Amino acid sequence: MPYHFNFGLIWRHFDRLGWGLALSLELSVLAAAIGTVLGLAMAIAHVSGGRAVRTAIGAYVECIRNIPLLLLVYLVFYGIPSVVNLQYSAMTSFIVTLSVYYAAYLVEVFRAGLLAVSRGLTDAGKAIGLTAWQRLLYVRLPVMFRIVLPSLSNTFVSLFKDTSVASVLAVPELTYGAQWINNNTFRVIEVYMIVTPMYVATGYAILFLLRQFERRLAIR
Amino acid sequence: MTGLETVLRALPSLWGGLAVTLEASALSVAFALIGGVLLGTALVFGPWPLRLPIRGLVDLIRGIPVLVLIFFVYYVGPAAGLRLGNFAAAILALSLFSASQVAEITRGAISSVHHGQMEAARAIGLTFPQRLIWVIFPQATRRFLPPWINSVTDTVKGSALISLVGIVDLMLSIQQVIGRTYDPMPFYILGALIYLAINYSLSSASRHLEARFAYVAT
Repeated sequence: MPYHFNFGLIWRHFDRLGWGLALSLELSVLAAAIGTVLGLAMAIAHVSGGRAVRTAIGAYVECIRNIPLLLLVYLVFYGIPSVVNLQYSAMTSFIVTLSVYYAAYLVEVFRAGLLAVSRGLTDAGKAIGLTAWQRLLYVRLPVMFRIVLPSLSNTFVSLFKDTSVASVLAVPELTYGAQWINNNTFRVIEVYMIVTPMYVATGYAILFLLRQFERRLAIR
Repeated sequence: MTGLETVLRALPSLWGGLAVTLEASALSVAFALIGGVLLGTALVFGPWPLRLPIRGLVDLIRGIPVLVLIFFVYYVGPAAGLRLGNFAAAILALSLFSASQVAEITRGAISSVHHGQMEAARAIGLTFPQRLIWVIFPQATRRFLPPWINSVTDTVKGSALISLVGIVDLMLSIQQVIGRTYDPMPFYILGALIYLAINYSLSSASRHLEARFAYVAT
């Protein structure tokens, strides 16, 4: 018997997908912002700190990058509250996990960028009498930022895609919206035929916007 | 009962899950390697009617979150006439995800070989397959290995998501043990350590391989 498609039910519940996508974007922006701050701080500590700092950050990066995001999401949401007296919502828990996870990728991005800033520029900063902090703030960081933009954009798009994992904690983002519609209407084929293009289109839209931004800031 | 005792007692029930994780990862990595290298080679040398659909497919798959890709293959596959068990569907999804990455890596690695190499090989009369096998691939391998190992680790990590379509891999067997013991933290830490051990040994193996293939100067 051939399958009869019925997209009507999906459109009737489309608000779940629309708001779900909005929440996916919100999760992405928050996690990207926190992850960037963490990653940048660790990258600066890594290039200017001593051996102990470097080893600690290296171990953090190595650990996080080798563990599945799903396991970390479970560990933070179910594991940590079982041993320490802390209570947080699924959404907070997921944002924290995603930020910490992506910080490990962003450290590497920023570290490579900081090392790629040419020595002549920092020497020139030293020659005109800038302190170490001023050199970092006015010379190294702005140049690094422009160097890392392309890999930063790619990392942010991956981060957006990984927000789909939040559905396992019942955070009502796009994938959870799809699961809700599936559980309530059993129109699973239709819903994934709609949700998958939504992810692809949004991911490429983000990439397109970031590429425009890159082009404006590119070092020519 | 202390946490350590609980873990030791539950350890035997994790072996099966670990085996499934390793099997799923190994199969996906193998399929992705074959498919990805073919697609990537076609992306560089193929005529445009071949290149265009491959480009579209690779970019499409790279735009889909792995979790959604798994659900998509698992649920939409049967409607498209694809009768797969849940393990086969999960492997197909993971392989597609990984193959799209391998295709890009292959394309990059081949492009990094100077085009003079291809011309020189043609000049001494090698056929196209000979040029690929004896001239291009050996030199591209060096550029291929480091990102490929990264994609292998990504596949192992992505394999944890197949637990969400009901495959009892390491992730799901950990969840099942926690369901019995009500003691999540030791098992999540144990699970993290196992994944870490798998992936860390992969990346150390890759460092040896890279040293082995570092003979070609670019």
